[in-house]
Amino acid sequence: MFALRKSILTVAVLAALALAGNASAETLINGAGATFPYPLYSKWFAEYAKIDKSVKFNYQSIGSGGGIKQITAQTVDFGASDKFLSDEELKAAPGKLLHLPTVMGAVVVTYNVPGVGKGLKLSPETLAQIYEGKITSWSDPKLMHDNAGLKLPNKPIIVVHRSDGSGTTSIFTDYLTAVSPEWAKKVGKGTSVKWPVGLGGKGNEGVAGQIKTTPYTIGYVELAYAFENKLPYASLKNSAGSFVEPSIASTTAAARGAAKSMPADFRISLVNQPGKDAYPIVGFTWLLVYQDQKDKAKGKKLVDFLKWELHQGQKMADKLLYAPLPANVAKMVEKTVLSIR
Amino acid sequence: MPATQTTAPPGPADKRISGDLIFRLVTTVFAFSILIILALMLAEMTSESLPAIRQFGRKFLTSSEWDAVQGNFGALPYLYGSVISSVLALALATPLSIGAAIFITEICPKKVGTWIAPLVELLAAIPSVIYGLWGVLVMAPWLQSTVQPFLIEHFGFLPFFQGAPYGVSMLAAVFILMIMVVPIITSITREVLLTVPLSQKEAAIALGATHWETIRMAVLPYGRSGILGAAILGLGRAVGETMAVTMVIGNSPQISLSLMSPAYTMPSVIANEFAEATSKLHSAALMEIGLILLLVTLVINALARLLIWSVTRSAGGGAA
Repeated sequence: MFALRKSILTVAVLAALALAGNASAETLINGAGATFPYPLYSKWFAEYAKIDKSVKFNYQSIGSGGGIKQITAQTVDFGASDKFLSDEELKAAPGKLLHLPTVMGAVVVTYNVPGVGKGLKLSPETLAQIYEGKITSWSDPKLMHDNAGLKLPNKPIIVVHRSDGSGTTSIFTDYLTAVSPEWAKKVGKGTSVKWPVGLGGKGNEGVAGQIKTTPYTIGYVELAYAFENKLPYASLKNSAGSFVEPSIASTTAAARGAAKSMPADFRISLVNQPGKDAYPIVGFTWLLVYQDQKDKAKGKKLVDFLKWELHQGQKMADKLLYAPLPANVAKMVEKTVLSIR
Repeated sequence: MPATQTTAPPGPADKRISGDLIFRLVTTVFAFSILIILALMLAEMTSESLPAIRQFGRKFLTSSEWDAVQGNFGALPYLYGSVISSVLALALATPLSIGAAIFITEICPKKVGTWIAPLVELLAAIPSVIYGLWGVLVMAPWLQSTVQPFLIEHFGFLPFFQGAPYGVSMLAAVFILMIMVVPIITSITREVLLTVPLSQKEAAIALGATHWETIRMAVLPYGRSGILGAAILGLGRAVGETMAVTMVIGNSPQISLSLMSPAYTMPSVIANEFAEATSKLHSAALMEIGLILLLVTLVINALARLLIWSVTRSAGGGAA
């Protein structure tokens, strides 16, 4: 009995020592949220650890919904989300929660039509009507009109969408809501919606897999995913009337166009922004941070990191296929970062 | 401690008795902890799903509307998808598995049997996401190019085989579940058949029974309850299977008689939507689906108990 008790005690003491040792060595900043920017954030945290060795970041990519829940419950020091909080959600937070845009993502329309390689062109009305189930054939006159040079077959269109709730769906449906009153009324925008037609694939890979293996399909995936997997993508007609290919540059152009109308809290949808070069299906991804930090020392470390991310961090974005913030927007964000106490 | 000290004689015996007591206490705690965990789970899930239960009441089970934007939730398409896909998979898998188990234990040479049995068990250990990947990359395209056009062309007059061949469909889900369930039912059935006493078989042979008659009269009735149990375990796996089904079923919440059309199941919608469900009602509705899933599993298990019970009683009576 005594031997047992003694060994339990030893283990407990050792465990306590180990914990204490860890805590005193460095500041641990916890974050949770969106999966979309995770590859970039983990790169940032790894690079930043080389510059400031006294701080360590722990980021759990549990999804935007989870990130919002965790930061509202104050279980983490920062949250991350691909969609901005509603007024109601902001009210539920115990303090003033700031939205800090970090980078932008774009959603790409991809397709598999035998005989048609690259270069499909889509106008907003056509895309919306395909997803509403109104345009059902690849040889529909509306599609033919925009694609005079392509041989579109007389085959039914198979629509594919994401089945899991995701920021990608949120941005895509945000776009359809912006360009089609009919879509706005019947479906609306959200991380998961009631799709009028189509098959659901789980994740970018599920949608892409569905499209690769099934001819006459159309679907949407993240820009980075489409580029890495060399999927064909459609050019979209933007609000200035020109057809724009998705790219890092055309994504950043969308935010540049929006800078004039940027609200002070950065809660803005970037779809269908003005600008000749602006790609229309674009969205910010945000970090969620309380303006009043409970732990001042930790708050200062966080601000240091955020300043670094807005300068050095932005340069790492395009290599990982994220669109960096345009300079004018980055400056506005930095001002907000400096207001964190 | 004081109780044992007063009743037990001092010395080594004291130590032994206190050891027994501790052991008894520990195992009691372990046994009850399982029940407590189940009760806590039920309580937590019920309280989490209360907003949805209050809002929709019984309509939750009968409505097929699922709209997270408008905040309208009904679970019927998911319930339908889960029940149909698992029951059909079980109906296909059970005869296949029983046949395989009979072959391994009764028909093939012993040496071959000892090779096949572990291979079948190995199949049961493959993670479901692997089955899912194979399903979406290999099986679904094959269904789409070969099986579905054939079924639609030749059996299209039946409502079960109408529509366009998408590959991903209820049919794909049924097939993938069948493939996943077969190894489980086969390996358990094999174990059950191995326990049939030799004397029973010898008696049948002595009466002049052929090989098939021996299996039918002596082997299968003896193992009946065990085989049923195996099938129920398979059904349990099929109902709860998430990943592989999500990847091949097409994830479209609709109720269609046709096996060609995409469908949706209860575990799939939870896996798909829970992480990004920000509104309280949405997560409550998903929680309620989880609760329904748990209840469905409990009901299946209870039915299985009853079935096995009644079968063993009648079989026992016959044997006596």
